[in-house]
Amino acid sequence: MTWTWFHRLASPPYVYALATRLTPWFAWPAALCILAGLWEGLVLAPPDYQQGDGFRIIYVHAPSAWMSLMVYTTMAIAAAVGLIWRIKVAHAVAASCAPIGASFTFAALVTGALWGEPMWGTYWQWDPRLTSELVLLFLYLGYMGLRAGIEDTQRADRASAVLAVVGVVNVPIIHYSVTWWNSLHQAPSVMRLAKPAMPLAMLVPLLLMLLGFTLFFVALLLTRLRGEVLQRERAASWIREVVSA
Amino acid sequence: MRAFFDMGGYAAFVWPAYAVTLAVMILNIVWARRALARSREEARRRLHMQRETR
Repeated sequence: MTWTWFHRLASPPYVYALATRLTPWFAWPAALCILAGLWEGLVLAPPDYQQGDGFRIIYVHAPSAWMSLMVYTTMAIAAAVGLIWRIKVAHAVAASCAPIGASFTFAALVTGALWGEPMWGTYWQWDPRLTSELVLLFLYLGYMGLRAGIEDTQRADRASAVLAVVGVVNVPIIHYSVTWWNSLHQAPSVMRLAKPAMPLAMLVPLLLMLLGFTLFFVALLLTRLRGEVLQRERAASWIREVVSA
Repeated sequence: MRAFFDMGGYAAFVWPAYAVTLAVMILNIVWARRALARSREEARRRLHMQRETR
C-alpha cells in the first residue's frame, strides 16, 4: 500500500490546485440535484395525508439538519487529524467548515420552528432534540469566536481543534435524542436501519435534496479551503503563481 | 397556480422556510467567495511587502 496520495493531500500547493480544479465538479451537480429536488418536492410529490402541503418543509429542513451534523463531524475529524499529525491542511479544512455548518444549523432551527408552529402548535420548546441542536449552533459560534480571538493561526488551529473534537459528543446526542428521551420531534424516517418510512414519490426528492446539499457543501468547502491554505502559507514561492494570475 | 402558492393553507410556513434556506445558500456562496478573495488579496500584499524590504 502506498501512502503517496495521503502525503500529497498534506501539501498546500497540491491541495490548492486540486480544490480549484474540483470545485465546479461539485457545484454544478449540486445545482442540478437541488433544482430537480425542488421540482419533485414542491410540485410532483403528493400532499401528506396528515400534514397536507405543510410536510414540504421537510425538503429544506431535513437537508439543513443533515448538513449541521455532517459538517460538524467533518470538522471534528479534520481537527483531530490536524492535532495528531500536525497537518496544516487538515486545520484549514476544519476552519473552513465552521461558518458553513453554523449557517445551516441556523437554517435547520428556523425551518424547524416554522414546521413546529402549524404541526405542534409551538415555534419552540425546550425539547431534547431542539435544545441539543441549539447547543450545536453555540459550539460552531464558540469555535469561530475562539479562532477570531487568537491572532496566531497555529495557536488558533490547535485551541479550536480541541474544542471541535470535544464538542463532537453532541452529534450522537442530537441524532439519538428522539429515541433516548421523549421528544416532540419525530423519529428518523430515512437515516435508520429499517426501510425508509416514506413512499417513493416523497422519498426521491428528499434524497435529491440531501445529495444536492452535500455536494454544495463540498463546493463551498473547497472554495474556503483555498483561502485558508493561502493564509497559512507565508513566503512560499507557489503563492506568487496563484495570486498574480 | 393559486393552489400551488397557497400550499393547502400552509403558505405562511412553507414559503418562509424555503426563503430562509435559499438565503442561507446564497449567502454561503457570497461569503465563501469573499473569504477567498480576501485571502488572495492579503497574500498579494504580503508578497509585495517582501519584495520591497528585500
